[in-house]
Formats: sequence, structure tokens, C-alpha cells
Amino acid sequence: MRILLALFFALIFLQSSGQIMVCPSCEIKDLQQAVNLSEPHDTLIVKSGVYPVVDLEITKPLTLIGEKGAILDGQNKSYVLKLLADSINISGLKIINAGKSYTKDYAAIYASRANHLVIENNIVVDPFFGLLIEKSKHGIIRNNLVYGENVKEDEAGNGIHAWHCSNLQIHDNEVFKMRDGIYLEFVDESIIEENYAHDNVRYGLHFMFSNNDDYIGNRFEHNGAGVAVMFSKFIIMKSNVFINNWGPASYGLLLKEIYDAEVLDNEFTENTTAVFIDGTSRINYVGNVFNKNGWAIKVSGGCYTNRITGNDFKGNSFDVSYNSKMNDNTFDGNYWGDYTGYDLDKDGVGDVPYRPVKLFSYIVNKTPETIILLRSLFVDIMNFSEKVSPVFTPDNLVDRTPAMNAFK
Amino acid sequence: MIKILKYSFYDLMRSRWSYVYLAFYMLLGFVLLFLNSDLSKATITLMNIIVVLTPMIGTIFGIMYFYNSREFTELLLSQPVKRSTIFLGQYLGLSLSLSMSLIIGLGIPFLMYGITQSDAVGNFITLLASGTFLTFIFVALSLNIGLGNSNKIKGFGYAILMWLFFAVIYDGLFMISLIVFGDYPLDKFALGASLFNPIDLSRIMILLKLEISALLGYTGALFQKFFGTNLGILISVGVLLLWIFIPVMLMLRKSLRKDF
Repeated sequence: MRILLALFFALIFLQSSGQIMVCPSCEIKDLQQAVNLSEPHDTLIVKSGVYPVVDLEITKPLTLIGEKGAILDGQNKSYVLKLLADSINISGLKIINAGKSYTKDYAAIYASRANHLVIENNIVVDPFFGLLIEKSKHGIIRNNLVYGENVKEDEAGNGIHAWHCSNLQIHDNEVFKMRDGIYLEFVDESIIEENYAHDNVRYGLHFMFSNNDDYIGNRFEHNGAGVAVMFSKFIIMKSNVFINNWGPASYGLLLKEIYDAEVLDNEFTENTTAVFIDGTSRINYVGNVFNKNGWAIKVSGGCYTNRITGNDFKGNSFDVSYNSKMNDNTFDGNYWGDYTGYDLDKDGVGDVPYRPVKLFSYIVNKTPETIILLRSLFVDIMNFSEKVSPVFTPDNLVDRTPAMNAFK
Repeated sequence: MIKILKYSFYDLMRSRWSYVYLAFYMLLGFVLLFLNSDLSKATITLMNIIVVLTPMIGTIFGIMYFYNSREFTELLLSQPVKRSTIFLGQYLGLSLSLSMSLIIGLGIPFLMYGITQSDAVGNFITLLASGTFLTFIFVALSLNIGLGNSNKIKGFGYAILMWLFFAVIYDGLFMISLIVFGDYPLDKFALGASLFNPIDLSRIMILLKLEISALLGYTGALFQKFFGTNLGILISVGVLLLWIFIPVMLMLRKSLRKDF
């Protein structure tokens, strides 16, 4: 008991020890100096003011708290903060003028082998990379705002970039006008939640070789090419909003080489291609809403045993597009805005099967130039005759139980 | 000429068919907006209808009017009036009354649903403008056919065939040539081919206005580049005007030489 009590007091002592104030009029005016003086687990409080910080390496567990108006100025030189130890806490800072380079991945906050990291409530203005996290586990990145003024892909870095990490929690961040909003490469078992990525030059969210991740409730708006998820397994994508990713090479959601994923309850509105799938297998699409997209689902080669059920397709120029006659995916019980069948027994399920692939979408796949005949009378007549007797479109690609009413 | 224009115009205004046409567009507008009060969506649906229907109505009305007023035309011809005046007057009277039915018929419901306050107003005006252009073009074409054929049945047949050609067959041939010559770069060809058909031209102009251009991929990028610039718009409006001008000239030439 006594030992426990001693330990308890020791802990309290440890906690209350080591608060270092940094401010322009304090004894310690410089952040580097403060870090040098600090012991592990100390708290550095940065008062309001502008502090020149270039390549500040933090190699011990510290908590860095910025008070209102605390600005770190990277002076356009190099990295600003380098976090190289476990259990570092960074919050409330505003970081400006981080270095830009064509050869080095300069970042406003760079972390390497930093486990149990917390980065929260920071604002990063026009960096090359915003937050660059490497080989770190159990990190929390929340409530940060990262934005740039980028227009060209090759001159920009990513907002939040994680590489070889696991068990990260990235939530409530906002990233705009960077190259990729959030980029994850070799990041496993992580949760990406409630982030808002918009107006980025390339992707809102970019996933590569990352398995067992969930991304939930994010909003991706008006990015160059939407969201790309590539070469990953066991991903859950739920309740995200993909909106207005509109342009000749834009996608709402681009899936390439994905296996065993769930795409649930997402909303796709006004994207050129809402979902583009290429080489994806065993994916369930349930409860999504596809509204006013150019193509709702564009299926490229090698997609097997995907299940598309209970989705709403409303006002899309093309609901489903295939580039081959083979089909191993099931479309069942969806609501199709173009469905013209009837429901005699009033059970809410149409009595006539619906064929979501139109002849015209097949032709457009073969010869892209023909798209300029979109909405012409000839195309309508052609689609109608194909609907009556299918010849070119995959004949087993049928929704046998189309819903009469929209689900949402 | 103004007198003949006026006469043709009032004659048509008094006729039942103008009202039917007007009522049809009004009903269409109201039903569309009743089913879907989203103005920009209604504009898109309307596009499909206008691009197909106005040429057809223009063609059929044109040929019908020509044959029906034949006796009156012959009466006029016996008077000391220039032939070009007579036919130009009739042509303008007919085209104007049809265009007015279109503009008023669609204008009233859309105005009542507040088109002026919505973002779709530009698209709507483009839509009406291209509808008017198509009316003028197809009336001129059908009057040509009327002048060329004194046999009513033949004339009707040719007129319907002409409409069918521009509305459907042309696109079919267009598509087939795109598919057959798919190995060649076809962007410029597609652009050129669309200029030779007024229906396609107005359809594509409206499509690009409605921001569907992104769907069109790289072909669309070329089209956007062409039609998106002022020069492109000038050229396409110029081509539409040529599409009116040339048939009208042909009609006048034919009328001068024809032995009534």
C-alpha cells in the first residue's frame, strides 16, 4: 500500500514537474533553447508570438502547447518540426513558411518512428507537405487545418501523409488546395473519420497498400480526381460524401485492386464517374446513393463477385457501364431512376427485371468519341431496341428485383 | 413584304394549329415543372424534347402551310409583287409564329416557376434560342421541298424523310463511321461532322452549356475548347445562321425559276 501511495505521489510529481514557458519577453525566447533545457515528459507552453523555427528536432517525449497566436515561422528553409521520439504531443500551433523543395520532402510537421504521437488543433499554412508521418504507431491526428494555394501537382505536397504506420486515428481534419488531401501508404488498422478534404489538386484521399482500415463519415468535395483506393484489402468505407468531383479525369471513388471491402451508405453526387472499379473483388456496395453523376458505376476488367444491393441510382447519365460481355457481379434489389416496369402485387419490387447497362454505354466504352451523340434521338431508339432484345450487353447483368421506390 | 409577312403571320395566329402548338408547349412546361420543380433538371429534360420536336413541327407546318396556301400564293403571283417578297414574307410569317408559340408556350410556365431568379436562366435562353434557330432552319428546308414538288404526297414524304435524316439517320451514320474508323484520331472529324447537322450542333451546344462536357472525356475537352471560347460560339452561331441563309437563298432562287 505504502509503495503504491509513493508511486502515486511520484506520478503526480512527475506530472506537475517541468513546465517551460516560451514567449518573446520570457527568459526563454527560443524554442530550440526550450527543447534543449527540457527533461522528458515536460510541457512546453508557447505563448503568443512569432518564433523562427527551422529543423527543430524533438528527440524526447515532450508536450508542446501553443497558446492563441503562437506562430512558428519556418522561414522557407527546411522542415519546421521533426518529431523523432515516442509520446510527443503537439497542439495549438500555427505553422507558416515551411520550406519547399523539388528534391526533399520538407514538411511542416515531420514525424519518424514516433509512437503514441498526438497532433491536434494545429493550423498549417501553405507547406510543401503538411504532416508527414513515417513508421509510427498509435498516433492521433485530429482537428488540424492544412491548406495551401497549389494549382500544379508537381509543385505540391500532400496535406496529411502517412507512410508505414499502423493504428492511426485521423479525424476531424480539414485539408484543401494541397496535392492529396490525405495520403496513406502501407498504413494498417487505422481509422479515418469525419475529415473534410476539398479543392485538392489530385485526390481528396489516397490509399495505397493499406489494409484493414476504416474510413467513415468523411466529405470529399471538388478534388481534382476524387478519392483513390488502390492495392488494399479489408477496407470499410462508410457514410462518406463524395460530391462535385467533376472534370474530364475525375472520379468520386476510384478502386483499383481492392479485395474484401465494404462500401456502405455513401453518397455520390455530381461526380463525373461516381465509382470506377478495376480489378476489385468481393466488395459489397450497400445502401449508397448515386445522384446526378455522369457514370454511377464504371466497371473495368477483372471485377469478380461484387455485390451491389439496395442502392439508389437517380438521374445519372449512365447507371452502370461495362467494357466486356462477361459479368460475375450481382445487381439485386436496387432502385433505378430509369426503371419503367410495374409492380402488380404491390410488394415494392418491380415485376420486370431491369438491365442497367445500356447499349450506348457499351458503345461509348468501345469508341469514346461516340459520346457526343449523348441524348440524341438515335441513341434513345438504339437503347430501346437493345432493351427489348439484348444482344451486345451482358445478358446475365440483370436486376431481377428492382425496387419501385427510392430507399433514401 | 411586310404586308405579306403580316398576313401570313395573322393567318397562322388565327389558325387552330398555332394554338394547339402553343398549348402543347405550355402543358409540357407545366407538367415538367410540376413533376420536378428543379428548374435546371427540367431544362435538361426539355432539351431532349426541343431538339427533336421543333425541327419536326417546323418541317410539318412548313410543308402543310405551303400546300394549303398554294391558291393564295398563286393569286398573289398574279399581282404586281416581286416573287422574292411573297415567299420571304410567307417564310418569315410562318417561322415567326412558330417561334412565338415556342417561346411563349415555354416561357410562361418557366417564368411562373421563377426562372429569372435561378441559375438555369442562361441555359434556358440558350435552349429557346436554339429552338428558334431550328424552327427557322427547318421551315426553310421544308419550303424548299414544297417548291420542288407539286405532288403533295411526295412533298410530305420528302419532308418527313428530311427530318428523319437529320434527327436520326445522320447520327446513325455518324456513329457507324466513328466506330468503323475508330483507329484514327477522330476528334476533328467529330467536330466537323457535328457542324453539318443543325440538330446535332444545337444539341451539343446545349450539352456543353449544361456542364455535361466533363462526361465527354478528351473528345469533350476538344469540344469544350471549341465551343467554350467566344470564337467557337461565334462560329457555331454563324453556322446556324448559314443553315438559315442558304436554304432561304435556295428557296428564293427556286421560286424565281419555278413555273407556277
